[in-house]
Amino acid sequence: MSTQMLTYLFVGASFALYIGIAFWSRAGSTKDFYVAGGGVHPVVNGMATAADWMSAASFISMAGIISFIGRDGSVYLLGWTGGYVLLALLLAPYLRKFGRFTVPDFIGERYYSKTARTVAVVCLIFVSFTYVAGQMRGVGIVFSRFLEVEVNTGVIVGMAVVFMYAVLGGMKGITYTQVAQYCVLIFAYMVPAIFISIMFTGVPLPQLGFGAEIINPDGSASGLSVLEKLDAVLRDLGFSAYTQGSKSSIDVFAITAALMFGTAGLPHVLVRFFTVPKVSDARRSVGYALVFIAILYTTAPAVAAFARLNLVDTVHNTAYSEAPEWFANWESTGLLAWQDKNQDGLMQYAAGAALSPTKPVFSGETGKYGQRQLDNQPTTSSNELYIDRDIMVLANPEIANLPGWVIALVAAGGVAAALSTAAGLLLVISSAISHDLLKQTLMPQITEQQELLYARIAAAVAICIAGLFGIYPPAFVAQVVAFAFGLAAASLFPAILLGIFSKRVNKEGAIAGMSLGLVFTFCYIAYFKFYAPDMNSADHWLLGISPEGIGFIGMLLNIATALSVSRFTAPVPAEVQNMIDDIRMPGGAAVAHARN
Amino acid sequence: MPEKPYHHQGENLPPAGHHGRDVISENNAKAYWHANLRLLAILLAVWFAVSFGCGILLVDWLDQFSLFGFKLGFWFAQQGAIYVFVALIFIYAWRISVIERRFGVDDDNDAGFGASAKPLETDHADGRPAQ
Repeated sequence: MSTQMLTYLFVGASFALYIGIAFWSRAGSTKDFYVAGGGVHPVVNGMATAADWMSAASFISMAGIISFIGRDGSVYLLGWTGGYVLLALLLAPYLRKFGRFTVPDFIGERYYSKTARTVAVVCLIFVSFTYVAGQMRGVGIVFSRFLEVEVNTGVIVGMAVVFMYAVLGGMKGITYTQVAQYCVLIFAYMVPAIFISIMFTGVPLPQLGFGAEIINPDGSASGLSVLEKLDAVLRDLGFSAYTQGSKSSIDVFAITAALMFGTAGLPHVLVRFFTVPKVSDARRSVGYALVFIAILYTTAPAVAAFARLNLVDTVHNTAYSEAPEWFANWESTGLLAWQDKNQDGLMQYAAGAALSPTKPVFSGETGKYGQRQLDNQPTTSSNELYIDRDIMVLANPEIANLPGWVIALVAAGGVAAALSTAAGLLLVISSAISHDLLKQTLMPQITEQQELLYARIAAAVAICIAGLFGIYPPAFVAQVVAFAFGLAAASLFPAILLGIFSKRVNKEGAIAGMSLGLVFTFCYIAYFKFYAPDMNSADHWLLGISPEGIGFIGMLLNIATALSVSRFTAPVPAEVQNMIDDIRMPGGAAVAHARN
Repeated sequence: MPEKPYHHQGENLPPAGHHGRDVISENNAKAYWHANLRLLAILLAVWFAVSFGCGILLVDWLDQFSLFGFKLGFWFAQQGAIYVFVALIFIYAWRISVIERRFGVDDDNDAGFGASAKPLETDHADGRPAQ
């Protein structure tokens, strides 16, 4: 069977599975729709959280980025896992004891204010929509490359599948499909990684393999470890060594912190811990979630290192006419391009951008070796190849010459990763609208059945908007996705943290803190990314911190503002202080105080 | 002065466990919270040390050592810190459950463990207190 047939089969079978689960787990009440009835087993919830969390960015892009920036890529590995420690230790158990449906619920009740709730809804919708747009695009890319359909058709098929289980099943449907999606995506990630690790080093565990010694094709030991070889090869080509960083420590620190605190403040992750039965389950469930995430996250840097080495081995100084089949396949998607600067018919790979402008502009003609001709000007670099980072994971099985079913599996895994995250995001958007905006703020008189209907309508509308983002991606989407974390870190995380650990922070403090954190972070990013992109360099940054890391400063500003404004305004009412006492105790009831 | 319990409301409250509607004494509640904060401080110090410490600030210095063929700083940044994160969460879940039982604020369901063994007075099948 051809690879393409296999891909249709794998992706089709996984879709049938998701839709089957959707029919089996329809939501009957708002409690089902928002929190899956509140009785999900901690391990099941951990697995669902892992799929919810690991998006197309984790599955497709992350290893590719690490592959090209080496040690600096650690910011993503540390940032996107370290936040779970904060979640388990500082947030999840208390939110579970609080016992409502949404994140704005907590902020609205704790800060006894509809304004605070509305500010939280605005933060939530902004963070979640920027994030979901990238997911739909990811589905489209996988479809266009592996199933050879239009990107737009892929986006529409993806929308239809998410529609089925998110609108019908709400959180209940999403939870069980996410479990299935986790299984698909982790299998799809691990199989090629294990194959490649064995191929290079004979060690089946990629986590150990990328530190091990390389075995020559004839079976003899090469005397060099994977990372030593990679450092040496890259230095020869004019790159800096793979295991050396080039970003400043303060910037790496700030980016990692923004990603960590942002992760802990992401509404679609937080809300998953409203679905387990007990407070103690919430803690353990975060632990299981991180175990399932760590399986992929500790494999990703190994995939990154192998993929880079593999790419250089296969492509550098190879004649275009003798390039393997995958090269032309990816060239036709525009994610790879070659410009024969020195007219020798060989593809040279070296440091520096190959083309000016950086992205390839195809002229529509074919060169003398059959390559797609470019209108770009050559740069002075001897590099002749444009390689999009996103292809590293998707093309890796082909580059390593793995069998067709592995390639098909990776396609199904990429789609699973994108769909599971999209569904989780769409759910928090729809519940913020039906529950927080309509039921709790604008239309308190609606019945539960009406609220459920509005939740379904909101989910359907959100899916259509997300699909439009996928079909007509605004130019800024790709840039903004990483900033969703900075915004979450600067707005939601401090409000929740202070809400639990401080009885002093009041309505005025929280609203001032959230607003300032959000506005400061947004303006800093907008200034360097959109208003004055030519100024976007370390010389002009505040304290040498890039826009990616500024959410950390925004968070500190938020906390400082909330604490100082609270000092000069009315104390928190007694009823709310009693509630704080109560959510701090996992079991039993706190003493009710009449405070002044 | 009799102590009045506080019960907050919600559509998704966790079941009350074997403490039911027990009022936790002021002293136990305070002592539990301080023990919790102390445990959090220790674990978060480790969290900071492995990620921001070993993985970022000290990474170049640690690279002079080696582990399983990795430079040590690089290993912490791309592998080690993640393993420690997982361990920290489970250590917290385990230690805090011991502390909760000591102060009678746990959410276990098995009656007879901790401070109270009396039957629950609840109006809900899931053990939630009546409101």
